[in-house]
Amino acid sequence: MSIELSMRVEDKLFNNRYLVDTGRPHIKVRPHPKPSPQLLSMLKVCPARCYELNEQGQVEATVDGCIECGTCRVICEESGDIEWSYPRGGYGVLFKFG
Amino acid sequence: MIEEKFDAIVVGAGMAGNAAALTMAEGGMKVLQLERGEYSGSKNVQGAILYADMLEKLVPDFREDAPLERHLVEQRFWMMDDRAHTGLHYRSEDFNEEKPNRYTIIRAQFDKWFSQKVREAGATVLCETTVTDLARDSHGKVIGVRTDRRDGEIHADIVVLAEGVNGMLGTRAGLRERPQPEKVALAVKEMHFLPREIIEARFNLKGDEGVVIEAVGTISRGMTGMGFIYANKECISLGIGCLVADFQRTGETPYGLLDRFKRHPSVAPLIEGSEVKEYSAHLIPEGGFKAIPELYGKGWVVIGDAAQLNNTIHREGSNLAMTSGRIAAEAILQIKSRNQPMTPQNLALYKKMLDESFVIKDLRKYKDMPALMHTRSQNFFLTYPQLVSKAMQNFLRVDGTPKIEKEKLTLRSFTKARSRRGLFGDAFRLVRAWR
Repeated sequence: MSIELSMRVEDKLFNNRYLVDTGRPHIKVRPHPKPSPQLLSMLKVCPARCYELNEQGQVEATVDGCIECGTCRVICEESGDIEWSYPRGGYGVLFKFG
Repeated sequence: MIEEKFDAIVVGAGMAGNAAALTMAEGGMKVLQLERGEYSGSKNVQGAILYADMLEKLVPDFREDAPLERHLVEQRFWMMDDRAHTGLHYRSEDFNEEKPNRYTIIRAQFDKWFSQKVREAGATVLCETTVTDLARDSHGKVIGVRTDRRDGEIHADIVVLAEGVNGMLGTRAGLRERPQPEKVALAVKEMHFLPREIIEARFNLKGDEGVVIEAVGTISRGMTGMGFIYANKECISLGIGCLVADFQRTGETPYGLLDRFKRHPSVAPLIEGSEVKEYSAHLIPEGGFKAIPELYGKGWVVIGDAAQLNNTIHREGSNLAMTSGRIAAEAILQIKSRNQPMTPQNLALYKKMLDESFVIKDLRKYKDMPALMHTRSQNFFLTYPQLVSKAMQNFLRVDGTPKIEKEKLTLRSFTKARSRRGLFGDAFRLVRAWR
């Protein structure tokens, strides 16, 4: 993935309104020595690019820009790779147009 | 927190939830509706097209004050390769009628209006409240919900699950399966703002007339998917969606597809110079008839996207949501009027009424389509659009080649790509699934 493309996703998210629930992420990645194929696929499938590889080769999620589509839940919840819940009431993305 | 008991709790304030809450409140029930967003619509995403008939059954005079964008006078269907599109356009003056049939809408604004109608009908609407769990009695009957508010257990005779395609409650409680990658599509969308004169000029519109463009082809890179462009008053909704399983398999990125769609020479001139004000994503139930879960049980019913009620072939979802919400509410009102309990035996009435409606009849008609489109996505979404493009160009380009040779060339390109047997087989399967 090119740097140019990743910049553009951040630009896209910049237009959205969020109320971030600091310190209480609604998605948690289970600690893993080596990521599963499901987790790895999230690096590309997540439309908000919330998933990234860290220096140890593990998948990390930063959910501040999450648009709550649920795709990662569909792919990764069954295998236990992530814990998914909705943000607390009122928090998260706030669509003006939707 | 809330000591009083309600007749019904509706979880979610989208199309289905609002339809159900409105109908039950108008029928005299004491209704509580819970919504996790700041306001109804703040978490909702749709293309979006509104079907007048289904809303008219709920709010007959909705045209007086609902935030509608444009009424649709034209539908375009594009089959695309990387540089061209072959289009089918239908435009009719008949759609400029006194009570138009379809409108474009902006969901966040529309849902706010819909929610106001629910409140006016007497329902209690509590926003910024995420329902975390269903409350059950010792017999497993659903008797209410738990929320993320302090002491947040609230009781009701019936819980209406209108929690959307990614609803957590029903799946966690084991009432239905979690959405599967083969049965949901991921769509991403941007809102492109332009002055309305420019939109009207580019789309050949006057006044509040609107156009829908739906597009398949190489834009989805061989995945089962579709692009869409809807003209609103002062903005254009532009997006693309493909099956989650296909994204997983191909490693394509949703924003990469969206950007390529925007850069396509047929699309770029429509949005040139626009300002993007929002980027959203949403799952769409694509499993059809065969993916519909159990629709009712002890003290609960499920409606709308949460019940996978979406007609993929006709791109209809919100009207199925509204209709299932209304029908569930009408069934519940009947049971209540007879002073009967909300048991599965009694709630079977909801399924019976839904089966008799267009909702299930339409979904049953296309029960084999999702599987066909999925297993043959390369043919339908990549090979055929490319072949059609090549054939059209061959037909139109005048270069001194005799027409008989051009025809042979075109036919050969089809049989080479798919073989006669393959072509016949695809056509046969398509017709059979359509029937």
